[in-house]
Amino acid sequence: MIVPLDLIALFFLVVIAIAAITVRDLLAAIVLLSAYSFVIATVWVEMHAVDVGFTEAAVGAGATTAFMIATLARTKREEKR
Amino acid sequence: MKKKPDVIINTIARLMIPFIQMYALYVMVGTEGAGGGFQGGVVFAASFVLFVTAFGITKGRSRLPESWNTALSSLGLYFYAGIGILCIILSLGVANYLNYGALPLAELIDRAMTRGLMISFVVEVGIAITVMAVFTSIFFDLAWKPEEDKGGEQ
Repeated sequence: MIVPLDLIALFFLVVIAIAAITVRDLLAAIVLLSAYSFVIATVWVEMHAVDVGFTEAAVGAGATTAFMIATLARTKREEKR
Repeated sequence: MKKKPDVIINTIARLMIPFIQMYALYVMVGTEGAGGGFQGGVVFAASFVLFVTAFGITKGRSRLPESWNTALSSLGLYFYAGIGILCIILSLGVANYLNYGALPLAELIDRAMTRGLMISFVVEVGIAITVMAVFTSIFFDLAWKPEEDKGGEQ
Protein backbone atom coordinates (compact mmCIF):
# COMPACT_ATOMS: atom_id res chain seq x y z
CA MET A 1 0.00 0.00 0.00
CA ILE A 2 1.51 3.27 -1.19
CA VAL A 3 -0.14 6.25 0.52
CA PRO A 4 0.57 9.00 -2.07
CA LEU A 5 -0.74 6.77 -4.88
CA ASP A 6 -3.88 6.08 -2.85
CA LEU A 7 -4.40 9.78 -2.21
CA ILE A 8 -4.02 10.64 -5.90
CA ALA A 9 -6.43 7.88 -6.95
CA LEU A 10 -8.99 8.85 -4.31
CA PHE A 11 -8.76 12.50 -5.36
CA PHE A 12 -9.48 11.46 -8.96
CA LEU A 13 -12.35 9.37 -7.63
CA VAL A 14 -13.95 12.40 -5.98
CA VAL A 15 -13.46 14.49 -9.14
CA ILE A 16 -15.04 11.79 -11.33
CA ALA A 17 -17.97 11.35 -8.93
CA ILE A 18 -18.71 15.09 -8.86
CA ALA A 19 -18.42 15.24 -12.65
CA ALA A 20 -20.78 12.27 -13.03
CA ILE A 21 -23.57 13.91 -11.04
CA THR A 22 -23.20 17.37 -12.57
CA VAL A 23 -22.93 16.49 -16.27
CA ARG A 24 -26.09 16.92 -18.39
CA ASP A 25 -25.37 14.34 -21.07
CA LEU A 26 -26.48 10.96 -19.71
CA LEU A 27 -24.12 8.95 -21.93
CA ALA A 28 -21.24 11.01 -20.54
CA ALA A 29 -22.51 10.26 -17.04
CA ILE A 30 -22.50 6.53 -17.78
CA VAL A 31 -18.95 6.68 -19.13
CA LEU A 32 -17.87 8.67 -16.06
CA LEU A 33 -19.43 6.04 -13.77
CA SER A 34 -17.54 3.37 -15.69
CA ALA A 35 -14.33 5.34 -15.16
CA TYR A 36 -15.23 5.62 -11.47
CA SER A 37 -15.56 1.82 -11.27
CA PHE A 38 -12.24 1.34 -13.02
CA VAL A 39 -10.40 3.76 -10.71
CA ILE A 40 -11.85 2.21 -7.58
CA ALA A 41 -10.96 -1.25 -8.91
CA THR A 42 -7.33 -0.18 -9.24
CA VAL A 43 -7.51 1.23 -5.71
CA TRP A 44 -8.80 -2.11 -4.40
CA VAL A 45 -6.04 -4.02 -6.17
CA GLU A 46 -3.45 -1.58 -4.90
CA MET A 47 -4.77 -2.15 -1.36
CA HIS A 48 -4.18 -5.92 -1.82
CA ALA A 49 -7.88 -6.79 -2.11
CA VAL A 50 -7.64 -8.51 -5.50
CA ASP A 51 -10.97 -10.34 -5.17
CA VAL A 52 -12.91 -7.15 -4.54
CA GLY A 53 -11.03 -5.34 -7.30
CA PHE A 54 -11.75 -8.07 -9.81
CA THR A 55 -15.43 -8.14 -8.90
CA GLU A 56 -15.63 -4.37 -9.18
CA ALA A 57 -13.95 -4.43 -12.60
CA ALA A 58 -16.23 -7.21 -13.89
CA VAL A 59 -19.53 -5.96 -12.47
CA GLY A 60 -19.06 -2.21 -12.18
CA ALA A 61 -17.03 -1.41 -15.27
CA GLY A 62 -18.35 -4.26 -17.45
CA ALA A 63 -21.87 -5.43 -16.77
CA THR A 64 -23.41 -2.32 -15.19
CA THR A 65 -22.16 -0.07 -18.00
CA ALA A 66 -23.69 -2.38 -20.60
CA PHE A 67 -26.97 -2.43 -18.66
CA MET A 68 -27.11 1.35 -18.37
CA ILE A 69 -26.28 1.90 -22.04
CA ALA A 70 -28.98 -0.61 -22.99
CA THR A 71 -31.40 1.32 -20.81
CA LEU A 72 -30.29 4.64 -22.30
CA ALA A 73 -31.11 3.37 -25.78
CA ARG A 74 -34.78 3.23 -24.70
CA THR A 75 -34.89 6.77 -23.28
CA LYS A 76 -33.68 10.27 -24.14
CA ARG A 77 -30.01 11.12 -24.03
CA GLU A 78 -30.27 14.58 -22.51
CA GLU A 79 -31.38 15.26 -18.97
CA LYS A 80 -34.36 17.59 -18.55
CA ARG A 81 -33.56 21.09 -17.33
CA MET B 1 -33.48 -0.16 -37.79
CA LYS B 2 -31.27 -2.06 -40.16
CA LYS B 3 -27.55 -1.50 -39.85
CA LYS B 4 -24.74 -2.66 -42.02
CA PRO B 5 -22.48 -5.05 -40.10
CA ASP B 6 -19.11 -3.50 -39.33
CA VAL B 7 -16.19 -5.70 -40.31
CA ILE B 8 -13.83 -4.45 -37.58
CA ILE B 9 -16.33 -4.98 -34.77
CA ASN B 10 -17.32 -8.39 -36.10
CA THR B 11 -13.73 -9.59 -36.44
CA ILE B 12 -12.68 -8.30 -33.02
CA ALA B 13 -15.73 -9.92 -31.42
CA ARG B 14 -15.05 -13.19 -33.22
CA LEU B 15 -11.47 -13.12 -31.91
CA MET B 16 -12.21 -11.97 -28.37
CA ILE B 17 -15.26 -14.01 -27.37
CA PRO B 18 -13.49 -17.44 -27.11
CA PHE B 19 -10.72 -15.93 -24.99
CA ILE B 20 -13.20 -14.16 -22.71
CA GLN B 21 -15.12 -17.40 -22.21
CA MET B 22 -11.90 -19.34 -21.57
CA TYR B 23 -10.88 -16.72 -19.01
CA ALA B 24 -14.29 -17.02 -17.36
CA LEU B 25 -13.79 -20.79 -17.09
CA TYR B 26 -10.35 -20.22 -15.60
CA VAL B 27 -11.78 -17.84 -13.00
CA MET B 28 -14.50 -20.37 -12.16
CA VAL B 29 -12.55 -23.60 -11.78
CA GLY B 30 -8.92 -22.64 -12.27
CA THR B 31 -7.97 -22.48 -8.62
CA GLU B 32 -8.70 -25.08 -6.00
CA GLY B 33 -10.80 -23.50 -3.29
CA ALA B 34 -13.75 -21.25 -2.78
CA GLY B 35 -14.38 -18.01 -4.63
CA GLY B 36 -14.68 -17.01 -8.24
CA GLY B 37 -18.07 -18.35 -9.22
CA PHE B 38 -19.80 -15.00 -9.29
CA GLN B 39 -16.97 -13.25 -11.13
CA GLY B 40 -16.69 -16.06 -13.65
CA GLY B 41 -20.41 -15.91 -14.33
CA VAL B 42 -20.29 -12.16 -14.82
CA VAL B 43 -17.35 -12.43 -17.24
CA PHE B 44 -19.21 -15.17 -19.13
CA ALA B 45 -22.26 -12.91 -19.37
CA ALA B 46 -20.02 -10.09 -20.62
CA SER B 47 -19.04 -12.30 -23.56
CA PHE B 48 -22.74 -12.54 -24.50
CA VAL B 49 -23.03 -8.77 -24.19
CA LEU B 50 -20.13 -8.43 -26.63
CA PHE B 51 -21.80 -10.89 -28.99
CA VAL B 52 -25.03 -8.88 -28.94
CA THR B 53 -23.09 -5.65 -29.48
CA ALA B 54 -21.39 -7.06 -32.55
CA PHE B 55 -24.04 -9.23 -34.21
CA GLY B 56 -27.37 -7.75 -33.15
CA ILE B 57 -29.86 -8.77 -30.51
CA THR B 58 -31.96 -11.06 -32.69
CA LYS B 59 -29.00 -13.27 -33.50
CA GLY B 60 -27.88 -13.19 -29.86
CA ARG B 61 -31.33 -14.25 -28.72
CA SER B 62 -31.32 -17.14 -31.16
CA ARG B 63 -27.99 -18.30 -29.70
CA LEU B 64 -29.33 -18.19 -26.14
CA PRO B 65 -33.13 -18.54 -26.21
CA GLU B 66 -35.28 -17.42 -23.31
CA SER B 67 -36.20 -20.99 -22.38
CA TRP B 68 -32.49 -21.76 -21.96
CA ASN B 69 -32.15 -18.74 -19.69
CA THR B 70 -34.97 -19.97 -17.49
CA ALA B 71 -33.61 -23.51 -17.36
CA LEU B 72 -30.01 -22.47 -16.71
CA SER B 73 -30.84 -20.00 -13.97
CA SER B 74 -32.44 -22.81 -11.95
CA LEU B 75 -29.93 -25.50 -13.01
CA GLY B 76 -27.12 -23.77 -11.12
CA LEU B 77 -29.20 -23.67 -7.96
CA TYR B 78 -29.94 -27.38 -8.40
CA PHE B 79 -26.19 -28.04 -8.60
CA TYR B 80 -25.49 -26.20 -5.37
CA ALA B 81 -28.46 -27.53 -3.41
CA GLY B 82 -28.12 -30.99 -4.93
CA ILE B 83 -24.57 -31.55 -3.75
CA GLY B 84 -25.57 -30.37 -0.28
CA ILE B 85 -28.58 -32.66 -0.10
CA LEU B 86 -26.50 -35.55 -1.48
CA CYS B 87 -24.10 -34.97 1.40
CA ILE B 88 -27.01 -34.99 3.88
CA ILE B 89 -28.25 -38.28 2.47
CA LEU B 90 -24.83 -39.91 2.48
CA SER B 91 -23.88 -38.77 5.99
CA LEU B 92 -26.99 -40.10 7.68
CA GLY B 93 -25.60 -40.15 11.21
CA VAL B 94 -24.67 -36.50 11.40
CA ALA B 95 -26.70 -35.08 8.48
CA ASN B 96 -24.50 -32.10 7.69
CA TYR B 97 -25.31 -29.88 4.74
CA LEU B 98 -22.34 -29.72 2.31
CA ASN B 99 -20.39 -32.28 4.36
CA TYR B 100 -18.01 -33.24 1.57
CA GLY B 101 -16.20 -35.85 3.67
CA ALA B 102 -19.24 -38.11 3.48
CA LEU B 103 -18.99 -38.51 -0.28
CA PRO B 104 -17.66 -41.87 -1.51
CA LEU B 105 -14.97 -39.94 -3.39
CA ALA B 106 -13.31 -39.13 -0.05
CA GLU B 107 -12.48 -42.83 0.40
CA LEU B 108 -10.47 -42.87 -2.83
CA ILE B 109 -8.59 -39.57 -2.47
CA ASP B 110 -8.12 -37.61 0.72
CA ARG B 111 -10.74 -35.31 2.20
CA ALA B 112 -9.10 -31.98 1.52
CA MET B 113 -8.75 -32.91 -2.17
CA THR B 114 -12.42 -33.95 -2.30
CA ARG B 115 -13.48 -30.69 -0.71
CA GLY B 116 -11.44 -28.67 -3.20
CA LEU B 117 -12.78 -30.61 -6.18
CA MET B 118 -16.40 -30.37 -5.04
CA ILE B 119 -16.17 -26.65 -4.27
CA SER B 120 -14.51 -25.71 -7.52
CA PHE B 121 -16.27 -28.09 -9.91
CA VAL B 122 -19.81 -28.31 -8.53
CA VAL B 123 -20.55 -25.37 -6.25
CA GLU B 124 -18.66 -22.72 -8.22
CA VAL B 125 -19.93 -23.98 -11.57
CA GLY B 126 -23.49 -23.92 -10.21
CA ILE B 127 -23.11 -20.35 -8.99
CA ALA B 128 -21.54 -19.31 -12.28
CA ILE B 129 -24.32 -20.88 -14.39
CA THR B 130 -27.01 -19.09 -12.38
CA VAL B 131 -25.21 -15.73 -12.43
CA MET B 132 -24.53 -16.01 -16.16
CA ALA B 133 -28.16 -16.83 -16.97
CA VAL B 134 -29.56 -14.07 -14.77
CA PHE B 135 -27.16 -11.39 -16.04
CA THR B 136 -27.82 -12.22 -19.71
CA SER B 137 -31.55 -12.31 -18.98
CA ILE B 138 -31.40 -8.81 -17.44
CA PHE B 139 -29.38 -7.53 -20.38
CA PHE B 140 -31.73 -8.98 -22.98
CA ASP B 141 -34.75 -7.60 -21.13
CA LEU B 142 -33.20 -4.12 -21.04
CA ALA B 143 -31.94 -4.11 -24.62
CA TRP B 144 -34.97 -5.72 -26.26
CA LYS B 145 -37.08 -3.37 -28.36
CA PRO B 146 -40.75 -4.07 -29.07
CA GLU B 147 -40.38 -3.79 -32.84
CA GLU B 148 -37.81 -6.57 -32.81
CA ASP B 149 -40.47 -9.08 -31.79
CA LYS B 150 -41.54 -9.15 -35.41
CA GLY B 151 -37.99 -9.92 -36.49
CA GLY B 152 -37.33 -6.37 -37.66
CA GLU B 153 -33.55 -6.66 -37.55
CA GLN B 154 -31.81 -8.87 -40.11
